[in-house]
This record gives sequence, C-alpha cells and structure tokens, in this order.
Amino acid sequence: MLVFRTFKHPARNKFFREQFFRELEALGLGSIGIVAIISLFMGAVIAIQMAANIDNPLIPRETIGYATRESVFLEFSSTVVALILAGKVGSSIASEIGTMRVTEQIDALEIMGVNSASYLILPKITASLLINPILTLMSMFLGVLGGYLACLVTGMLDPPSYLTGLLFDFRPFNVVYSIIKSIVFAFIITSISAYRGYYVEGGSREVGENSTKAVVNASIAILFWNLILTRILLL
Amino acid sequence: MIEIIGLYKNFGDKEILTNVNLTFEEGKTNLIIGQSGSGKTVLMKCAVGLETPTKGEILYSGRPFTHSSLEEKMAIRKEIGMVFQGGALFDSMTVEENVAFPLRMFTNMSKSELDDRVNFCLNRVNLPQAHAKYPAEISGGMKKRVAIARAIALNPKYLFFDEPNSGLDPRTSLVIDALIQEITQEYKTVTVVNTHDMNSVLEIGDHIAFIFKGNVVWTGDSNTIITAEVPEVRDFVFATPLMKKLFK
Repeated sequence: MLVFRTFKHPARNKFFREQFFRELEALGLGSIGIVAIISLFMGAVIAIQMAANIDNPLIPRETIGYATRESVFLEFSSTVVALILAGKVGSSIASEIGTMRVTEQIDALEIMGVNSASYLILPKITASLLINPILTLMSMFLGVLGGYLACLVTGMLDPPSYLTGLLFDFRPFNVVYSIIKSIVFAFIITSISAYRGYYVEGGSREVGENSTKAVVNASIAILFWNLILTRILLL
Repeated sequence: MIEIIGLYKNFGDKEILTNVNLTFEEGKTNLIIGQSGSGKTVLMKCAVGLETPTKGEILYSGRPFTHSSLEEKMAIRKEIGMVFQGGALFDSMTVEENVAFPLRMFTNMSKSELDDRVNFCLNRVNLPQAHAKYPAEISGGMKKRVAIARAIALNPKYLFFDEPNSGLDPRTSLVIDALIQEITQEYKTVTVVNTHDMNSVLEIGDHIAFIFKGNVVWTGDSNTIITAEVPEVRDFVFATPLMKKLFK
C-alpha cells in the first residue's frame, strides 16, 4: 500500500530533483567512507585467510588472488556491504521519517495536499537504486586492492602472482550478478526502513524502536533475497 | 462554510465522537473546546482528513470531503491551512524555506514573487528578521507564528489551529489569539480553533462548540459561555479559581 502511494502522484519535478540530489549526497556520498574502509580491510583479511589456509603445495599460490576476487565479487561487495548499509542508511531513513511522523511534519505535508509518501520516500528509493550499485563496484575494486596491499605488506604472496590469480577465469557475469543483487538490496533497505519510519506511532522511544526494527527486518530480508537471487542467477 | 453532518468516529469498540453536527462560518473564529480526551482533536483530524470518520460527512462549501476520492481531497486540502500544536515546521528547512514550501509546491511564482510573498507573510506575523533561522533556533511562540505564516501563504479559505496557545506564556498567547482573529477577519477565512485555553475562548470565540465525551453538548459564543447552564460547560469554564473570582 505504501509502495503504491509512493509511486502515485509524485511531487513536482523540481522538488523531486532537489530531494533526489540531497538523498544521493546523504545516502551515497555519506556512505563512501565506511564502504571504502570496510572493503579495503575485508579484502586484505580475506587474502590473508586464503593464504593461511591454502598451504598445500599442489594448489598454486595464485589461487589466493582468484579466491579473494570471487569472495569479494560474489558475496562481500553486494551482500555484506548491503548489510552494513542496512545498519547505516536504514536506521537513518527510519529515524528521519519517524521523527517527521511524531512531530506532525508528515501530517502537515498531507494537509497541504502533498503526497507525503511520494515526496519523502521516492527520492530515497531512486537515489539508493542508483548509488548502491556504484558503491558495490567501488567496494569490489577496493576489496581486491586490499588483498593486493596485504600481499605487498606481509609478503605472504608476491604481488604478480596475486594479480595473475585475480585475472584468472574472470567472468563478467559475476559483476552483473553482484550489481543485480545490490539493486534489489537497495530497494529492500529503503522501502523497509521508510515503511518502519512512516508508520511510527508514539514518541522518540518508538522512533528508536522502529529504527532498530528497520535494520533487523531489512537485514533478514537481504539474507533471504540473497539466497533466492543466488539460486536464480547462479544455478 | 464547513458543515459537519452526523459524524461518528470509533477506535475499535470505543466511540470517540457521537453524532457531531456543526457548522463553521467564514469570517468567524470557530472554537472547539472541551476537556482533554473529550474528542476535540479527533474531530479536527476528521475535519481535515487525517482520520477517517466511521460515519457522517464533512462538506467544504458544499463539496463532500470525507467520502471523496484522493484527488478531490487533495484539491480541497490545497485550500486548507493548518497550524499544528507543535508548529510542525520542517526542521531541515529555514523559516523562509518553510513559508515558501507551499508556494513552490503549488504555484509557478518567480523568485522575486516568491520572496515578496514570503516577506509579506512573515511581516504579517511580525517576524521580519527570522528568515535564515532554522526551527530549532527559534522560540515556541516564533514557531507558532512561522506556522501561521506558512498556513496563510496560499491564501487558504479554511484555517485550522490545533491548540495554538499550548506551551506559550500568557502574553505570547494573546499575540497569537490577536493574530488568529485579525487573519480571520482580514481574509474572511473559515477559522476553526481547537483549544482549552479560557483566555482564547473569551478573547476570540465568535462561535464556540463545547464537546463532552464525544458529544457536542453546548454551542454559543464568548458572551454566552459565562452564563451557560450546562453543568459540564460550567465545570470547564469555572475550573480555575481566577475565573470563579471574576465571574461568580
């Protein structure tokens, strides 16, 4: 019902544009730092763990680069980053909209004849659908870069071997798969968080509770859809 | 004119409003008064469409509102201005942006026209210096005045005020009351004020409806309320020692 209202009677174009760019900044630029740091470190950790576990002389050392790339591309950059964003962006959306609800700002929009659901939620969903795949691509690059830096710093593998493994059997579809997942997860995060915020009743305590529920619900939905999409797209 | 006809509102099994019939005329300050929990806020929310009545109809200048389509409701709502109890200003916008919001949303005014209208509205509520401030940076009374400026920006036909004096000192309350009355007479709006402030009742009550347990038990004006014979009204009016001293 809320999703239906969100896409019906959108606000005037100039308002949508303004809100859209504001959300791009808030949801996208505001998340670059955390996604970058986590991706870099997780890529490094994945590479080190691979190196620590692949000590069989029959398995080539280049496998470290290959396995790091597959882990980062297939799962980390889409799913784990989405779970992180569910915590950061999801709670922010739920608390922002929830606070507007309990302070009657949403009622004020409705009284003016503005479709509050569309005005508040549509720019967040569209901005998120655009920015999340970009964050995912950035995370992929920084993840494998983290692995490369780990090789460089620890000396566990010579960087050329890591790069050879990184380029071995590269399937562009894995990137597409990850992008598709990031788009679905972006919709899940924004719509669930917006729903939780939009229907808050009570005061600041309920806003806090609903922010937590938004993160939990979105995280569970991400894990569930991760399973479904993996089954559909990879098998 | 706003007509409320046979309005009922239930929340589950609990009946909050029972057969409310009221008429609010233009150019008059219409007050809905009653104790906390009497149903006056629910009545106002039904009137503006924030709650859907269980039964009954509300007519805006003869146009049905309650059972109309979303498009028709939105068209009528563009003629409604409302000042909420806490102001309900958009906290991410400055005072100026708050007042400009309905103008930008529903008109094609140029930048200079928009600025002129915003300045006019803010001057009208005696707030010429607050343009660049955010709601968090201004006092409660100023917030109410900004909310009034925003409510009148589109020259509404219908103005609603929910507890306009709550949380304000007596002097600021008088300023807000005077503003409500001036705007009502100046723009010939149908003004509906939800209050339990006896000062407001006596100052600006052109038409008063007293609600008790969801029923309208008395209607009159600021002159007749003092002599009302309905026990619930007398209990309400003379609840404070000051009122007892003044009128008994």
